[in-house]
Amino acid sequence: MNKPLTDFSRAWRWRQLASPPVFYQWAGRVWPWLAGLALLLAAAGLWVGFLLAPTDSQQGEVYRIIFLHVPAAWMSMFIYLVAALHAGLGLVYKTRLSPLLARALAPTGAVFTVIALWTGAAWGKPTWGAWWVWDARLTSELILLFLYLGYLGVVSAIEDSQRADSAGAIVLLAGVVNIPIIYFSVQWWSTLHQGATIRWDAAPSMTHSMLAGMLLMALACWAYSLAVALVRTRCLILERAQEERL
Amino acid sequence: MLKAVCLREVRLAARRPADALSGLVFFVMVGSLFPLALGPDSALLRQIAPGVMWVAALLAVLLGQHRLFESDWADGSLEQWVLAQAALPLLVGIKVAAQWLIAVLPLLIAAPLLGWQYGMDNASIAVLLAALALGTPSLSLLAALGAALTLGLRGQLLLTLVVLPLSIPILIFGSHAVTQAQLGLAAEPALSLLGACLCLALLVTPWAIAQALRLALE
Repeated sequence: MNKPLTDFSRAWRWRQLASPPVFYQWAGRVWPWLAGLALLLAAAGLWVGFLLAPTDSQQGEVYRIIFLHVPAAWMSMFIYLVAALHAGLGLVYKTRLSPLLARALAPTGAVFTVIALWTGAAWGKPTWGAWWVWDARLTSELILLFLYLGYLGVVSAIEDSQRADSAGAIVLLAGVVNIPIIYFSVQWWSTLHQGATIRWDAAPSMTHSMLAGMLLMALACWAYSLAVALVRTRCLILERAQEERL
Repeated sequence: MLKAVCLREVRLAARRPADALSGLVFFVMVGSLFPLALGPDSALLRQIAPGVMWVAALLAVLLGQHRLFESDWADGSLEQWVLAQAALPLLVGIKVAAQWLIAVLPLLIAAPLLGWQYGMDNASIAVLLAALALGTPSLSLLAALGAALTLGLRGQLLLTLVVLPLSIPILIFGSHAVTQAQLGLAAEPALSLLGACLCLALLVTPWAIAQALRLALE
């Protein structure tokens, strides 16, 4: 009784986001800011990447594709993990919003996977002399795309939304095995794809302007993914509300 | 109860032998198509044999599987399984094991024939059989997971879409083992990895299949 009510509500406010109506309002307020942020960061990142960063001593100008390629590849893996996490939460705790978030994230993840593969191919042709090689990382990234497609296929094929959410969660969780395989593929099988330049345990082996450009683009991709996922979740919340009313 | 489930599977399969044997026929036919399409160059055939055999086996295991739980679902025995005292993952495991014995074991028996057609030597064929024996149970379990997830849905291709990405490691390790044997190198590492995949599949998939079946029944 003595506890002030305002403190209580502030401490628990973030949990209220699990309620679809609250989330709907919140997402509607937040997504334009995120979209604007994504535009700003992308503009800054491209400016740094294409105008400030020096030409690479070995690869020449063609290396500049990393400013899109690396953030896209990061996002493709990370979004899969986040989507699987939300799907798992939805499966275990039966929260109403989690499966919607997983479903909203998956198309963005698939798009980033395609971008990573596509830019990789465009970089590989002048550098390796081939659009595609059956390298461990390329292959596992392709499998990631198939996993995304499998999830989207299952979710869209099942009409009953509850079953679709749970079945999709099982598919997503089963595919999580692939993420460490992609991440460590460069170390486990030392094939054509180069190793990581940015590491947790050592200083990055690239100049600061290159690193800055890449990080700005990564942040831009984050903001973009969040904005798009929020908008898509809002649509899904409306769809579900419509279904429930019928 | 467990014995009854097992016997029922075998009896049902024995009464409809065409269903059980279609995978075998598919395996042999796909295997025989490659020499027809590529020409009878024996060096090339020997080189592609492991990959062809594994892809043929994978497709043969997957293709018939979308009907795995369908008749049980239609006649209500799946509901009895859920209500039964025995744990659903155990029952599912027994069903998949029985299906493997009925539909996939003939494929293993036919595999040496295809191997000889491709001009493989006996040592490589022995490794191929070991690899198939270790790898196809995992494929059957994955296919059963796909069948449970897509139970009652129209798209038959959906199962393949879900299961194929997950079965790629088994395909890679399986054909790698045979290729190593053909080159005179040790096949044991790849076989161990196949065994590890099987352990993981045995550990995880029965529960996932049971969960997916419960969803389908809700």
